Amino acid sequence: MEVLTILIPVSLILGLLGLGAFIWTLRKGMYDDPDGDSQRILTDEYDDKPKPVDKNR
Amino acid sequence: MTTIRASGCPACAAAPAAESLARADLPRARVLLSVPEVHCAACISTIERDLAKMPGVNSSRLNLTLKRLSVDADAGIEPADVIARLNALGYDAHELDAGTLSMTETERQGRELLMRLGVAGFAMMNIILLSVAVWSGADGPTRDMFHLISAVIAIPTVAFAGQPFFRNAWKALRAGRIDMDAPISFAILLTLGLSIFETLQSGAHAYFDSVVMLIFFLLAGRYLDFRARAVARSAAQELAALEVPRAIRVRDGVESTVNVAELAVGDLVLVRPGGRMPVDGVVIAGQSELDRALLTGETLPVFAGEGAVVSAGEVNLTGPLTVRVTAAGKDSSLHRMADLVANAESARTKYTTLAERAARAYAPTIPLLSLGAFAVWMYLTGGDVRVAINVAVTTLIITCPCALGLAVPAVVTAASGKLFRKGLLIKDGTALERLAEVDTVVFDKTGTLTMGTPVPTNLDGLPEDARRVALALAEASGHPLATSLAKGLRDMGLRPALVSDLAEVPGYGVEGQWNGARVRLGRAAWVGADAVTTTAAYLSLDGLTHPLTFTDQLRPGAEEVVRALHQQGAQVWLMSGDVPGAVQSLAERLGIKHWQAEALPQDKAAKVEALQARGAKVLMVGDGLNDTVALSTSHVSISPASALDAARAASDMVMLGRDIGPIADALRMSGQAKRRIRENFWQSGVYNAIFVPVALVGLATPLIAAAIMSVSSISVTLNALRLK
Repeated sequence: MEVLTILIPVSLILGLLGLGAFIWTLRKGMYDDPDGDSQRILTDEYDDKPKPVDKNR
Repeated sequence: MTTIRASGCPACAAAPAAESLARADLPRARVLLSVPEVHCAACISTIERDLAKMPGVNSSRLNLTLKRLSVDADAGIEPADVIARLNALGYDAHELDAGTLSMTETERQGRELLMRLGVAGFAMMNIILLSVAVWSGADGPTRDMFHLISAVIAIPTVAFAGQPFFRNAWKALRAGRIDMDAPISFAILLTLGLSIFETLQSGAHAYFDSVVMLIFFLLAGRYLDFRARAVARSAAQELAALEVPRAIRVRDGVESTVNVAELAVGDLVLVRPGGRMPVDGVVIAGQSELDRALLTGETLPVFAGEGAVVSAGEVNLTGPLTVRVTAAGKDSSLHRMADLVANAESARTKYTTLAERAARAYAPTIPLLSLGAFAVWMYLTGGDVRVAINVAVTTLIITCPCALGLAVPAVVTAASGKLFRKGLLIKDGTALERLAEVDTVVFDKTGTLTMGTPVPTNLDGLPEDARRVALALAEASGHPLATSLAKGLRDMGLRPALVSDLAEVPGYGVEGQWNGARVRLGRAAWVGADAVTTTAAYLSLDGLTHPLTFTDQLRPGAEEVVRALHQQGAQVWLMSGDVPGAVQSLAERLGIKHWQAEALPQDKAAKVEALQARGAKVLMVGDGLNDTVALSTSHVSISPASALDAARAASDMVMLGRDIGPIADALRMSGQAKRRIRENFWQSGVYNAIFVPVALVGLATPLIAAAIMSVSSISVTLNALRLK
């Protein structure tokens, strides 16, 4: 039963991590456009790189 | 965000290089547009990719959920430029007023609810994890420790996530009412208190899992409810924002754009062609034609010259008009109509929703039942308070309306989401239930069943030369008849004839020189032709005159919607302010048996009232100012997005697209939604009927309470999702 002294805090900390992640996504506005997000996955454009430099600038 | 859209940089024109330097310092403009027709990934990438190429646009993002495009651009970019760009791509777009759309308050509420939901979910999972151990046989100090840890998680969770219920309950109790939140708060606090007590006494049963689960499911219901209402609210704001009420005031020869509210009697207002009259007034300069369809339902434009009396809401068609304000703000005819609407609305009895009726019957039962259980068990056990309280609390948990809290919001959210995807916005929360009762549908004609835009009908009978001359003349004017004539002729593959000296005579027509002779397109008298009975423009050419007749184009889906409504057994009426000939021909074309022409606003409202007095539940569909009173008198009402804001404000639902077909779907779906809500009530009722006796005889354990709560909540939600 001594294992519980490790397992219970571990499960609580993992849970809190999840809660923290949820709060972070909420603050970042990731639930503002659920329909759009489910569609955007289908586009072939990537936004994980810097935006190409605007030629007008 | 305030925007300054004056050309911010006078030097830019002179030195293009200065522009790039100055750009970083220029004030940014945020343009908000409603784009009702977007629906897929392709729409998103087409629009965003295209706008990225538009000079001056820094970035744009399309929110598919709200069907709203927000563009971050340099200050020089006008919303009209972006709209033109979207139109070229094939999307309809309307400007939204960023000021009215400051949704921060609603957004904050939504996030707060979601945060509480997340916290409750986290606590629920952890406590259930610990409870599983207790359920499967942990006892002694292990069980006590698990209960203690659960308590440490549950107490702050209840304090944080339960706040919405406590707040509402407190408000209701202070006002001397009892609503659903009072028994909920009572159950939460009592259960929590008992569980803490049991834990400290090393008791066998603690209900931390049930408390947190109760909060979680109830919050889920609240959040769904909030989402449905937030969409409705943002829709209402969006519609208010659609019409940016501004006017051009002329003072000492200087034009300035002001808010309509700032105008006073005696001011001079310039109304450009295409603009809407902001006030009531008298024309003191200029000649034009006015489109009064939104006010009266007349399809034919009316001539307006010096001295003509105009009312707010009319659309100026051909020439600029200077108008002296005779009534502004509260005294204008628009506002008088709004007062009529307000009267009609206050006369409309408040609709009691199914949820309210259920809550009213249910709210007092819960505490009474558990109090009864407490009393009986005190008697049975000869005064064992602990056992009696335990039974009372289990009864409280099991009767607590977890599923009831989800029964209505889950269905309404599913239904309004489906309808939104079809282009119908529900503005009023109870509209869906009211729509389910409808058995009579009253349609307005112009702008509702028809597009309010004319289409030429007799172009084939014209000689080739006449057609080409007509095209050249028509393209010189912004009059709706001319625009549609030009479009019709272009679609036939024609090229315009070489007509020189083109000039528009506001209020009369267009003239020019062709082959050395004068040609004219316009009103019968001006052209020198004999007027025909239908809507027509006249062409004079080589001493001959040709009448070009027009008919109003049917709104897409109009025929289908009437047929579908008849199939569903609804009675369909057509009521219009237009002339009998036009109304009758449309009624016959659509197969509508009951129709009335030349109806004044009061006539329409009176007819709706008469129908309702006979016990009919009327759905009114209309777009004009002449419909507003009828819209607010009827049981439930729908208006197209193109309607005047007064009409949209008076109606419960707004049709975003051009297609009128969704109305039949809405009627069908509302009936289905109501059935689902009823089924949900029955379901949770059956659960209670089975398990309340179990609790009363003292056999319910925390495991049973937790299981019932989740099974009934999930089955209610699944039932809501069956909507098609």
